[in-house]
Amino acid sequence: MTADRAIRVEGLVKRYGTMTAVDGVTFDVRRGELFGLIGPDGAGKTTLFRLLTTLLVPDAGRAEVDGFDIVRDARAIRARVGYMPGRFSLYQDLSVEENLSFFAALFGVGERDNYDLIAPIYRQLEPFRTRRAGKLSGGMKQKLALCCALIHRPSVLFLDEPTTGVDPVSRGEFWEMLARLRGEGISILAATPYMDEARRCDRVALCDSGRLLAVETPEGVVASFDGELYALSGRERYALLAAARAEAGVVACYPFGAEHHLTVDERFDPAHFRQHLAEAGFHDVELRRAEPGIEDVFMKRMHHE
Amino acid sequence: MKRNGFWAFVRKEALHIVRDPRTMLIVLGIPVVQLLLFGFALSTEVNNLDFAVAAPHRSEAVRQVVERIAANDCFTFRGYVDPAQIDRVLRTGRADVVVAFARDFDRRQAEHLRPGGEAAAGMGAGPAVQLVFDASNPNTASAGAGYLRRLLSDGDAAAGVEMHLLYNPQMKSAYNFVPGIMGLLFILICSIMTSVSIVREKETGTMEVLLVSPVRPVGIVFAKMIPYFVLSCVDLAVILLLVRYVLGVPLSGSLAAVVGISVLYLLLALALGLFISTIADRQATALVISAMLMLLPVIMLSGMIFPIENMPRILQALSCVIPARWYIEAVRKLMIQALPFSAVLREFGILLAMTVALVGVALRKFNDKLE
Repeated sequence: MTADRAIRVEGLVKRYGTMTAVDGVTFDVRRGELFGLIGPDGAGKTTLFRLLTTLLVPDAGRAEVDGFDIVRDARAIRARVGYMPGRFSLYQDLSVEENLSFFAALFGVGERDNYDLIAPIYRQLEPFRTRRAGKLSGGMKQKLALCCALIHRPSVLFLDEPTTGVDPVSRGEFWEMLARLRGEGISILAATPYMDEARRCDRVALCDSGRLLAVETPEGVVASFDGELYALSGRERYALLAAARAEAGVVACYPFGAEHHLTVDERFDPAHFRQHLAEAGFHDVELRRAEPGIEDVFMKRMHHE
Repeated sequence: MKRNGFWAFVRKEALHIVRDPRTMLIVLGIPVVQLLLFGFALSTEVNNLDFAVAAPHRSEAVRQVVERIAANDCFTFRGYVDPAQIDRVLRTGRADVVVAFARDFDRRQAEHLRPGGEAAAGMGAGPAVQLVFDASNPNTASAGAGYLRRLLSDGDAAAGVEMHLLYNPQMKSAYNFVPGIMGLLFILICSIMTSVSIVREKETGTMEVLLVSPVRPVGIVFAKMIPYFVLSCVDLAVILLLVRYVLGVPLSGSLAAVVGISVLYLLLALALGLFISTIADRQATALVISAMLMLLPVIMLSGMIFPIENMPRILQALSCVIPARWYIEAVRKLMIQALPFSAVLREFGILLAMTVALVGVALRKFNDKLE
C-alpha cells in the first residue's frame, strides 16, 4: 500500500463492446493534490471516474484509491470518497437543507460534524435553506452538490466536470473552494473541459480517446510547447479558417476565442502566408505571434497522435 | 446502513411522494374512481329492465303477477300490449321483455294451486306464461330471464327445478368485481410506483451517488418500499370502506383474514415493482413493462372478468403464474363466501412462495455496479 498516493492507476482498461473507453491509463495523484483531467467529450473521463469510484469493474489493469484496490475493496473505497457525477445528481424536489441532511444521514454523520469543512460554501447557500434544489441557479446547485459530497469529510474527492453549464464568476468561486479543500488535506481529481480551470490544478493529465497524452504541471504543459504559435483574425472567420488550413507549413488551425490559432512547422513563412491569403481575397487579416496555452498544447498533441 | 441512515432514506422517499401531486392523485384517486366505476357504471348485472305484458284476459290472477314483477327494483312496467304486437314492441325498444300470458292462465293457475295440480299443469297445452326477450344483449337477456323465472315461480316448485343462488342472491356484480379490482389495483399501484421511483433515481443520476456511499443496495430497496407499503395500506382501508358502505358488499367473512392476505399481496406487488426496476433503465420503460406484464394479464387471465374454467387449457396453465389469480380467488372465498382462513391456505402459500422468489431474484439482480 502506498500511503503517499491518494490515487494510483496502472494500465487501466475498460471496454464497452468493441469500443475502448479507457485504454491503458497510468497515472497517480499525490495526497493533497488537485489533479485535473483535461479532454474533450468522449475522452473517457467519465468512465475513468466510474472505475475509480467502483461503479464499474475494469477489464484490465489495476487501481488503488486511498490505498484500497478498486475491485477487492470497493466497499471501503465507497465509505471514504466523495463523488460528484457530471450531471446534477441531487433531489430537485427536496430543499437545500433536506438534501444536505439526507446525505449526512446516508454516510452516518451529523450535519454539524464536518460543518467547518463545508461552512465557507454552505454559508452562501444558507439564505436559500428552504428553497427546493431544483429552483437554485446552476452555480448554487454545484455548490450544494459539493457540500453534499463533502459532508462526510472524504479523503479523496472525485468531481466529474463540476462546472459545466455554470457562469464564469461561479466557476471561479468554485475553483477557489477546491483550492481551499486541498489545504484541508483532501485530494481531488477533477475533470474539466475548460482550459482556464486547468491552470488552477497542481498537475493535469491531457486525455483523448481513452488515453493520456501527457501528465504535467500546467506550466510544464505550456513549456512543453515547441515551435511557434500565431494568432490570426479577420472577417469571414470560417472561410478564413478553411483557407488558412490549406496553406503550406500550417500544422493546425482552430478557432480560439475571437481569433484562430495556428501551429506551424519550419516551412511556414508569415509574409508568404499573408500574400497568399490576400490573393484569395482576404485583405484585412491580422497575423501575430501568440503565447501558447494549455489548449494549444492539447491541440498540437492531439494532432500528432 | 446505519439505522438513522435508513430512516432518513424512508423520510426522503415519503417527501418525494408528498411533494408530487400526481403521485398522490394516482395512489389515492385511482382506487376510488376505479372502484366506483366498476361498481356502478361498468356492471353486468341486470337492474333496469322494461317489461310489457300481453294478456288476452286481464284477470285478477294476471294483475297479481304483474304487480309482483313491477314491485321488483329490477323491472319497470311499461303497460299492456296487444299479443300480436310483441315483435314490434321489442323492435322499437319500448320494452326489453314481454311477459305473455296464456288465454287460460287463470284456469291453469287454479289447477296448479290445487293438491296434485302440478301434474295437471305439466300436461297443459303449451306454457302458461311466455317470456319474450330482446336478446341482442345475451347477458342481459339470460340474467333477466333467470331472475324473472324465479319471480314467477316464487317459492312454489312450478318449474320443477328449484334454484338457490347462494352468497349473492341478487347476483350483484360488485361481489364479483370487488376482489378483481383489488387484485388489479394493488398490483398496479405498488409495482408501478416502486419501479418508477427506483428507475427515476437511475435516470436522474442520483443512483450513482447513492451507490458510491456506504449504503448497501438492500437498504436502498427496502427504504423505498416502506412509504409505498404504507400508502398501499391506506388504499386497502379506503377500498374496504368503500366496498362495505358504498357498494354495500357485506364483507361477511373474517376481516382479519382479508387484510392478512391483502398485505401479503401488497408485498408481492412491491417485490414485482422492484424486479421491474432491475430490468428497466428509463421511467417510460418501467411503465410499459408494468402495463404489459401486469395490466393485460391481470385483466384477461386472473379470473377477474373471464372465468378461468372457460379458458383453453394453455391459458389456464398460464393463469397459474399470475399472482392476481390466487389473490382474487382467496378474496372471493374470504369476503363473499365467508369461508375461514384455513380455506385459503393454498392460495396464501402460493402467494408467499411467489413473494419470496421475486424478492430473491430482484435482490440478486439489483446490482451495486452500473452495469
